[in-house]
Amino acid sequence: MQTRRETLKHSAAVAGLLASTGLFPQYAQAFDKAAFDAKSVAEAVKAMGGAAPVESKDVTITGPDIAENGAVVPLGVSTSLTNVKRMLLLVEKNPSALIAMFNITPDVEANFATRSKMGQSSDVYAVAITNDGKAFFAKKEVKVTLGGCGG
Amino acid sequence: MADPMRIRAQAAGDKATIRVLMSHEMESGQRKDGNGKIIPAWHIQDVTATLNGKVVMTAEWGPAVSKNPFLQFTIKGAKAGDKVGITWKDNKGDSRSDEATVS
Repeated sequence: MQTRRETLKHSAAVAGLLASTGLFPQYAQAFDKAAFDAKSVAEAVKAMGGAAPVESKDVTITGPDIAENGAVVPLGVSTSLTNVKRMLLLVEKNPSALIAMFNITPDVEANFATRSKMGQSSDVYAVAITNDGKAFFAKKEVKVTLGGCGG
Repeated sequence: MADPMRIRAQAAGDKATIRVLMSHEMESGQRKDGNGKIIPAWHIQDVTATLNGKVVMTAEWGPAVSKNPFLQFTIKGAKAGDKVGITWKDNKGDSRSDEATVS
């Protein structure tokens, strides 16, 4: 569990535009625009407070080999690492690489699934950022038959 | 106010799997309308999950999460009867909270 002080300290450390939601003052969150604007995987991980990511067998990404519809690609990220504070889901060739970021507390398993849009066939990455700022990733290639970003 | 979420929370052993379907347009900011103008991005930014009122998970999403987003995660130590709450907030300031009971 993050205290407000830790959360705020953390937010301040992350460079970029900070905008508190005001909804949960005790868990002040800041949408990290810099990270979501990042064009590459490395940039996004850096903006999220991780070092250069290292490939690891302890991180898993699940997804289809071929996605017929790029508008709805089911992707899952999970890790067996402990002391993980964040999981990131990234698609390398999307206009902005970062899809989603999950903040992990000791009360949830580091295992998330969601659906994402993919503009074209690309490598997708799961990145786990540990409490000491190390980043580990796993990648998988997903082929997209019909892109889901433009229209 | 947006449409309600559909939340399913099922306990198995000492943990519970939570599946959420939210109702949101999730406009990517990449598409163009009939006149060639870019439709501005409109997407869920913050997602917060609580167990009996205590925050267990927060997430930040970009516009690349699919329309009507699906989210699945697992809460440790949740048992039948516990209350799971999900709140999202989009980049236009709209928000929605829903609650479900673990079964």
